[in-house]
Amino acid sequence: MTLDAIKPGSGGVIAAIGGEGALRRRLLDMGLTPGTKVQVRKVAPMGDPVELFLRGYVLTIRQEDAAKITLKEGAAV
Amino acid sequence: MSCLLALAGNQNCGKTTLFNCLTGSNQHVGNFPGVTVEKKEGPIQKHKDMTLVDLPGIYSLSPYTSEEVVTRDFLLKEGPSAIINIVDATNLERNLYLSLQLMELEIPMVIALNMMDEVRASGNSINVKKLSEHLGIPVVPISAGKNEGISDLLEAVIKTVREQSPPKKYDFCTGEVHKAIHSIAHIIEDHAGAAGYPVRFAATKLVEGDEPMRQALQVDEGDLHVIEHIVEMMEEALGTDREAALADMRYSYIESLCADCVHKHQETREQIRSEKIDRVLTHKYFGIPIFLGIMFVIFWLTFSVFGAPLQGLLEDGISLFTDSFSSLLLSVGVSPWLHSLLIDGVCAGVGSVLSFLPIIVLLFFFLSLLEDSGYMARVAFVMDKLLRKIGLSGRSFVPMLIGFGCSVPAIMATRTLASERDRKMTIVLTPFMSCSAKLPIYAMITAAFFPHSAALVMISVYTLGIVVGILSGLLLKNTIFKGNPVPFVMELPAYRMPSPRSVMLHMWEKAKDFIRKAFTVIFVAAIVIWFLQSFDFTLNMVEDSTKSILAFVGSAIAPAFIPLGFNDWRASTALITGLTAKESVVSTLTVLTGAASDGELGAILSGIFTPLSAFSFLAFTVLYMPCVAAFAATKRELGSWRSALLTALYQTGAAYLVAMVIFQVGRLLIG
Repeated sequence: MTLDAIKPGSGGVIAAIGGEGALRRRLLDMGLTPGTKVQVRKVAPMGDPVELFLRGYVLTIRQEDAAKITLKEGAAV
Repeated sequence: MSCLLALAGNQNCGKTTLFNCLTGSNQHVGNFPGVTVEKKEGPIQKHKDMTLVDLPGIYSLSPYTSEEVVTRDFLLKEGPSAIINIVDATNLERNLYLSLQLMELEIPMVIALNMMDEVRASGNSINVKKLSEHLGIPVVPISAGKNEGISDLLEAVIKTVREQSPPKKYDFCTGEVHKAIHSIAHIIEDHAGAAGYPVRFAATKLVEGDEPMRQALQVDEGDLHVIEHIVEMMEEALGTDREAALADMRYSYIESLCADCVHKHQETREQIRSEKIDRVLTHKYFGIPIFLGIMFVIFWLTFSVFGAPLQGLLEDGISLFTDSFSSLLLSVGVSPWLHSLLIDGVCAGVGSVLSFLPIIVLLFFFLSLLEDSGYMARVAFVMDKLLRKIGLSGRSFVPMLIGFGCSVPAIMATRTLASERDRKMTIVLTPFMSCSAKLPIYAMITAAFFPHSAALVMISVYTLGIVVGILSGLLLKNTIFKGNPVPFVMELPAYRMPSPRSVMLHMWEKAKDFIRKAFTVIFVAAIVIWFLQSFDFTLNMVEDSTKSILAFVGSAIAPAFIPLGFNDWRASTALITGLTAKESVVSTLTVLTGAASDGELGAILSGIFTPLSAFSFLAFTVLYMPCVAAFAATKRELGSWRSALLTALYQTGAAYLVAMVIFQVGRLLIG
């Protein structure tokens, strides 16, 4: 399952980060590393981007980028 | 002891507040060479021999954004005596990620652990001593907003500078990553030394696959091959790729460090409060209306409630000054041309632009509040989807909106955009948002030609600006700014009360910037226009402006507008004087046509334009290059005359093209 498919209010544990180049590096730099717990807090009024909660802070990324983040199966938070 | 200090840290960690605390109002703002990344520097209060440079707010030292590259280059090439790394104590994990990378640069470093008041107030705690021991560098708890701990910080910095001991530890890795970094460090030791890079930093960057580092080191083919092999072995052993491996290594270390030093049993009060505020401000249905409401109130307060009276006062003051200055000049008997130069040229030109000062200062007051409170990030969150199609992010929305008021503060406001690419694109597009100074032109033309459909014409003019802005965005995205946009991965910081000191400093800085422009670029432009308007080619002063050089230039370029449907020297001359300030188009047309009343002006205009060509004239005025004040702002923010001129050329070209299409297509349709 990827992060864009998660309903607001629930979350999971990151298995892998896809994508490439600047985007991927940025996701990693912001702490979206494998094994990190992440929660989807809400979706913006126009349906995109999404608001995440991880490592004690709030981050926003676009749905298309959230789709590149795979979550571990059966590790829902 | 004269020395250079660098202030580095994430965005939203209170870096600007600390910078203001340390340097007071004695700041110099400029750009880093070659990029539109802001560089602020100033001497430290009570330690004038120490210069502090505020580096851009960044999260990592990757090679992907100009902000990160600038920081890297500055730290490696300028060789500061020490780095002050400001870290948000309420968000320690992610903030320390940058710290670990900074420590690899082997520059003496002190961590300023900011917002400790918030940590304590929420009943959490951080064992600062332990943290410092683990990291091997001084860690000083501070609260920049409350001015707490600043003298302790300075003391630690001075001590660190004196001792010049680089971070004792920077080896936070274990296992495979450790092995790879050390093997590579061994291979590149000489290269790194020759290129002036710390070995450890260079080796880590090579493991990460950092292209600029690979080129800078000039490692030969054979060694590159070995390095690649080492990294591949590491990837295989870890079952992940190089970039993820290093990010994971750093975060794993930080997690264990935090587990040991941080006692956090709940979110801070600010974080809990922010979540509650966001339930309203980024609400699914209310989020956008609230944002538009806030912007409406800002515009209303700026332009109507406070701006108009203040502007009126300033105008009165300026005209009072001009009058008494004029009498003074006459009484001492200066020659008529000097009198005209000083009064009609300088005072009138600079004065008319300077009267915008209250509006600009007010707008920046509100913009600072939006930015410093943390709301600007929410605007980006709420509006992102709308701007994404043209290759921008939600962050550009506010400057563009400000553009409907005045392009000058709008262009200046792009400073807060997080990426250089977005900044540049927004600067080029913002003037297409029709500014308020153009309203008198629309009023004049609609009164003369479209009295019964004024509203429709107004709406279509504004829409035209927006549509051309969107099309330009698409064009720029696929040409000049081709390639991957900077990713929209943005922190939503906790809401905080803006510090009055920061807001005041921000307003003062922008006001200073604008006044400087008024007395440099605008001063020169006013004199040039005055000269052209007052003299003929024999360099005699003319009584009748129709005989001036400007009128001649206007006549000379008038035929260029034939494809746009008008060929009259008065129209083209008005377009030129419109460059000093857009509302001058109206006054110039009035003067040149010798119209005594609005009705008479309308009648004369009917002789110059047909309704169709009047509309094409309108289209041209909406889109062509902005006034000199905005042009000067563009030059300052883009950092070069060349880029600013190209921008103006593009805007004028677009205006010409669109107006021509309107006229030609309109003519076909009307038949």
